[in-house]
Amino acid sequence: MSTRGFLGRRPSDEVAHRLPPGQYRTEDFPVLAKGPTPRVDPAIWRFTINDGSQALASWTWAQFEELPQTIWRGDIHCVTKWSKLDTTWSGVTIDDLFRGAGITPPSAYLLAESHDDYDTNVPVADLIGGKAMIATRFAGAPLEAEHGGPARLLVPHLYFWKSAKWIKGLRFTARDEAGFWELRGYHMYGDPWREQRYTNDP
Amino acid sequence: MTADTSVAPARWQEAIIERIMPRTPRVVSVFLRTALEPRAAGQHIDVRLTAPDGYQAQRSYSIASAPGTEVLELAIERLDDGEVSLFFHEVARPGDTVEVRGPIGGHFVWYVEDGGPILLVAGGSGIVPLMAIVRAWSAAQPKTSVLLIYSARTWEELIFIDELLNTQAREPDFTFIATTTRGPRHRPEDFDRRLDRPLLREILRRWGRSPRHVYVCGSSVFVEAVTSSLVLETVPAGLIRTERFGGSGQ
Repeated sequence: MSTRGFLGRRPSDEVAHRLPPGQYRTEDFPVLAKGPTPRVDPAIWRFTINDGSQALASWTWAQFEELPQTIWRGDIHCVTKWSKLDTTWSGVTIDDLFRGAGITPPSAYLLAESHDDYDTNVPVADLIGGKAMIATRFAGAPLEAEHGGPARLLVPHLYFWKSAKWIKGLRFTARDEAGFWELRGYHMYGDPWREQRYTNDP
Repeated sequence: MTADTSVAPARWQEAIIERIMPRTPRVVSVFLRTALEPRAAGQHIDVRLTAPDGYQAQRSYSIASAPGTEVLELAIERLDDGEVSLFFHEVARPGDTVEVRGPIGGHFVWYVEDGGPILLVAGGSGIVPLMAIVRAWSAAQPKTSVLLIYSARTWEELIFIDELLNTQAREPDFTFIATTTRGPRHRPEDFDRRLDRPLLREILRRWGRSPRHVYVCGSSVFVEAVTSSLVLETVPAGLIRTERFGGSGQ
């Protein structure tokens, strides 16, 4: 049933087919975070991959910057309903991280962990095969602190809360463990095209 | 920890607009009769509008009413290019039906058992979820203190101003400080300048308490400035919850 008097303002067809259900296009770059923006100094930044409580590999900022750099261009979708089209990021793909450290994923799930005690769960299958990276640059410039700098996860095919800001590492988990928002009403997987926003969404 | 299913929202359902009330030149309160029941102060709902051809638009709005209030109140700011906000400002009438989903949110929330002291800092329409906290706190009459610092451009743009003044007159544990950036203050205890670090320090010193819960809501620029100042003023970052709207301009 339609809403009396509501006509709406449709995007062009070209934009509309790039917007998942319930999303609208924004031109700016909204900032969302659970608390204050952490100021993470690259001089003491480390990125660590853990299997449970055991460290598998660790990089300093300088070492991380030596890893192969990949550019990704495309659209991002926030569960708060904005989508931003044609964004450009660069950083290190998870494939290159695993390859560089000789890591074969010991489980099918992991938690991305951040400096502000945030975490979020992502299946390993959604991070490999060129689907995700640790991004350190946005639109060619070092990633600003408000947007997760110096480094954030980028998993653009899932709602953007999965792309953890101020990332400090990945932790393999035996099971699919809920992260910060997943414990607080949001979906375990978060596919925008299936509109998996909240806990019980199919 | 296991997932808190109490914060998972219900499916889409109809809500009837009972009343629309101007709050400021740019903000209306929309009162909805709905079966949705907010469980904590600070939550929001999703609203969905449908055009005759089936096109739909969704937005999220913070709830201004306290949990347990019979009619759910949203306070919606008019955005000049706002597809949904202009509907509520120019088209919607009492008796109209919209679809709603929620309540949503398990982080930027306050439950009575969370206690205090509570520090609330609002910029502009960022007052809306904080108003729900003020109302829930006031209704529960807990023996804790609340400080609300509310920044707006002018006195006329302070949403809920009469109710806030009444609450302050009635509740000795409620301290309300307004600061207006483009217009004069109306009371000696208020300020008419930007809420920067020295001003925050001055207001916190006067209040004289250490907050146990801190909620900051407003534009990205406002929240960034306030939270940076609070952390520098030694408020632990882990106590500070934020809700931001708008972009960084990129």
